[in-house]
This record gives sequence, structure tokens and C-alpha cells, in this order.
Amino acid sequence: MILVFIEVREGKVKRSSLEALSEGKRRADEMNTEVNAVFVGHNMEIFASEVSPYGVSKIYLLENSLFSRYSAQSYAQALVSLADEIKPGVVLFSASSLGKDLAPRVAARLGAALASDCTKTASKDGKLEVARPIFAGKAFVTFTFKSSPQVATLRPNVFPLLEPASKQAEVIKKEIVIPEDIIKSKVVEIIKEEGAELDVTEAECVISGGRGMKGPENFNLLKELSNIIPHSAIGASRSAVDAGWIDHQHQVGQTGKTVSPNLYLAFGISGAIQHLAGMSSSKYIVAVNKDPEAPIFKVADYGIVGDLFQVIPHLKEELKKIISE
Amino acid sequence: MNLYVFVKRVPDTESKIRISHEDNAIVEEGLNFVLSPYDEYAVEEALRIRETKGGKVTVVSVGPEDALVILKKCLAMGADEAVLVKDDAPESYDGLRVSKIIAETIKKKYSEYDLLLFGKQSVGADNSQVPSMVAEFLELPQVNVVVKLEIEGNKGIAHREIEGALEKVEFSLPAVISAQKGLNEPRYETLKGIMMAKKKEIPVITLSDLGLGEEELMSQLEITKIDAPPTRQAVKIIEDEPTEAAKKLAELLHSEAKVI
Repeated sequence: MILVFIEVREGKVKRSSLEALSEGKRRADEMNTEVNAVFVGHNMEIFASEVSPYGVSKIYLLENSLFSRYSAQSYAQALVSLADEIKPGVVLFSASSLGKDLAPRVAARLGAALASDCTKTASKDGKLEVARPIFAGKAFVTFTFKSSPQVATLRPNVFPLLEPASKQAEVIKKEIVIPEDIIKSKVVEIIKEEGAELDVTEAECVISGGRGMKGPENFNLLKELSNIIPHSAIGASRSAVDAGWIDHQHQVGQTGKTVSPNLYLAFGISGAIQHLAGMSSSKYIVAVNKDPEAPIFKVADYGIVGDLFQVIPHLKEELKKIISE
Repeated sequence: MNLYVFVKRVPDTESKIRISHEDNAIVEEGLNFVLSPYDEYAVEEALRIRETKGGKVTVVSVGPEDALVILKKCLAMGADEAVLVKDDAPESYDGLRVSKIIAETIKKKYSEYDLLLFGKQSVGADNSQVPSMVAEFLELPQVNVVVKLEIEGNKGIAHREIEGALEKVEFSLPAVISAQKGLNEPRYETLKGIMMAKKKEIPVITLSDLGLGEEELMSQLEITKIDAPPTRQAVKIIEDEPTEAAKKLAELLHSEAKVI
């Protein structure tokens, strides 16, 4: 059986968890087994209907009022107690911030190896085979597991969602006993960055600027584009971040984030090897740069050799027309 | 404060990665190895905590003898002690193995500690596993991907980066912290530091000193292959005036790529 951890953030089921669930369902079908979902939280019944359309057989709700604040220690304890009872063959998480924090703790407690941030899964002789980028995407390693259960986190934005179907799943609610003193860390506040609801790792379109942006004020041009393009986020090259033009949360590349959106727009980015590693698995890449020799054109699908300050305003108008239609 | 920082030797980020399909491994020959960039933030943070609260910074690396170079760098930055836990196993991308080694090192050799600091991931394996796994083995709280850290008495507050926001986390010591870019600006080694680091002896601990056998450390991930990234199609350059080029690009994104 494949068990998929479902994350709820700000009252919503995270899309990347549904992606992991969809991929889990595809593998479960091949392995002739079922896929089950697990929530950890408080009063989670309302979310069950959001995952049942993905072909789930059972939905486990692990409940305790302490779970309304995330703590890796308490969440891991809850998940491990369920795993000990139902013995899943595979446990999947989204490689979200929470998934990356929690999955290693769960795997360690289960004595199982973890494959992080996978971009591909397959079934091979009834077992899971996964592939994941190393060196931020300069190479890809493919693994099978010797330990059990097989635990993996799946990169957001890579795995397609299943077409939801009407299906009833069995909902199993369990009250989990957690001694309060095992929780030695807790989230006390969430501080939001203004205008950055969507992270570059989760966006369908990443609009990035580099040294060619010439200054922090010009990132407003990218924000204007982002206001037009749905599900987009602002990215940046390391040189723009190191110059202090934009916060490092936006940095794409080997010492920033690795992204694989449907569309990556690179403005004034030359394409250092570290940057290319972080974005070259994007589905479509557009580069606008003055220098025709810039390495970014080697990975781009479409390129404009020219001045980004002349291109962006026109591009904005053209895209506005298309999108409003 | 007893501060421990765990560091790894990795190829610098400029490296072109070559693959040996025969060995299912990265070709190490010709690579320039450095202290993993995120580990540098962890070392710097430990030094800053020591400077305000007093105490001792010990830097530990699990790896081959070549890792002595990065330990020397940490000493030159100002760490008090450095230790090598000698492990010659090739990279397996299995964080469980190194986590077991680190947890045993702490249990057997250093029972008194306040903070264990790591980089949020090693550059290369990109796993982000070891800090949380070590925290689990030692039953400690963890705060990963930290961009701000304050310690007061036996409590701490850390800001941790999540999607589009920061989580403010309260925790009790001892704890595991993993550092993200933005936490601080690492210092350069001073000449005096480099001279002192040269003289300092770096003790070497072996896996058998820790009572660990190869059997229990065996990688639980079986590498079937390592591939280069798929090659991308050649670029279509839109040669036109900016107005026209922008228009054509918008059309291509809409009707050809179908991403708009």
C-alpha cells in the first residue's frame, strides 16, 4: 500500500500534496495495490472530500489539538504510529518546506532511507524506482530502495494531477496521544513577505531578472508582468540577489532554489552554470538578453537578442491581450 | 555554550559534473573541492554566538582525509577545535548513513552540547536530510532553513524560510539548526587565523572507534544509474525590432508552447 502525507496550509490542501497523491495513485495501480492519504491536524474531516476524488481507498485523520501548530517531532510521532500499524510499502510526501522538514525525521524513526526531491517515479518488479536531481540538476541519479518502507519526497510542480473522479473513500479518524513535553519546538508566528504569496518552487511561471535589470527599482517591471500572468512568481539570479536588489528567497540556482515551472522567463540573465542548473528543467524557457553569446540561450526555447527594457512593456501588452481573451 | 558545526567537502558550484557510467558515480578527478556554501553560514553563526555568549566552537566533518582542508579553513575562520570522522565510503546520497555516524559521534564523544549546526543541505547531494535525521536520533528539536537566530538562556527563536513566508519558531536547547543563505555574511580567514590553523592538530576518529560496523551503515539506496540532464532543443531566436519581437514571442507562447 502507498501512503501519501497530505499537507494543509492556511486552511487549504496543498496542491503539491495532491500531485504526490496523483503520482502515488499511478504507481499503486501498476503495483496492484491501493493508495491511502493521511492528514495530521485538528478537525480535519472537512478536507477528506478534497482528496477522495484522486482514487484514494482510505483517508486517515490523525488528530490532536496540539497538531494545529506544526512540530516535526509530534507530526513524526503520529505518522510513525500509523505506519507501524498499517505497514505501508511506500510513503510519499511533497518536497515542500514542511515535507522536507518532516520526511527525514519520519524516515529516520522508521530506520528507512529517504529519496529527496524526486522528479520521476516508476514501478520496477513491484518496487518503487525514483530519480532525482543532484548538483541542482547537473545530473540525475536513479535509485531503488533496500530498506522498507520506501520513503520519498516529490518535487512540487513536476507530477501532473489526476483527473478527479467521483469516488467515496473510507475515512478513519484516530485520536493520537502526544505527551506535550516531547514538543520542544513550535511555530509561534508566520511572517508573510508582501506580494510573494507564491514561492518560485510552486509557481507555474517564473519571471526572473539578473544583472541586466540594472537596479532594484526595475524589478517592478517584472512584478507588473507577474500581475498579468496567473500563478507566476518573481525569480532572480545570484548576482541580482548579491547586489541587494531582491531578497534571496527569490534566488534560482545552485545556492538558491531549483525550479521546474511550465514557463521560465529570463530577463538580463547571462546564465552562469549555477543558474542554469537551477532552472534548465523548466518546460519552456525564454531568454531576453543583449548579448547573443550569453549561455542562457543554450537552454532557451525562445530568445530575443535585445534590450529587455524595450521588450518587456510590449510583451506585457501582448500577453494582456491574449490572457484577457 | 558548546557549539558543534557539521561540515562537508563538496565540489564548488562552478564545477562541470562528469559522470562515470561504469561506476555509477560522479568523476571526482579535476573537481575543486570546497567547504559547502551553506555550511559556511553555519560556521559563521556559531562563531558569532560564541563571541556574544562565550563558549567553544567545534567543527566536525565526516569524510575522507581530504576533508582536512575544509576543517583547516574553519579553524582559520576562528573555530576552536576541528575533528575528522574518517569515512572513505563513496557518495551514496543516503543521508541515513551520515546521520547515524554523526549521532554516534555526539553520543560517544561529546555528551555536552547546546547547539548542533548544519548547512540546510550539502551542495551536490542536495538532500536536506541529515540535520532532521540527527535531530531524530538524538531526540532534539530542529529548525531547518534558518535565516535568523537568537539564543537566550536555554531557549532560542529562529526564523525559518518556507514558501513565500517566514515561520518564527520557538525552541528549547539543545537543538539542531540548519543554516540558509541570508543568516549572516561569513567572514574571511585572517592571516593570523591561517597561521594558527596550520599549527592546530586535527584529531581523527574512525568508525570503529564509534563502534560502528559497515553492516549497519550500508547504504539503503541502490543507485541504478546516473544520467546527464536531458538535452534541450535548439533555441528559436526571434529576430525583429523589440515591438514585433515581443508580439511574436507572446504568440509563440500562446499558440506553439501553449503555456499562456
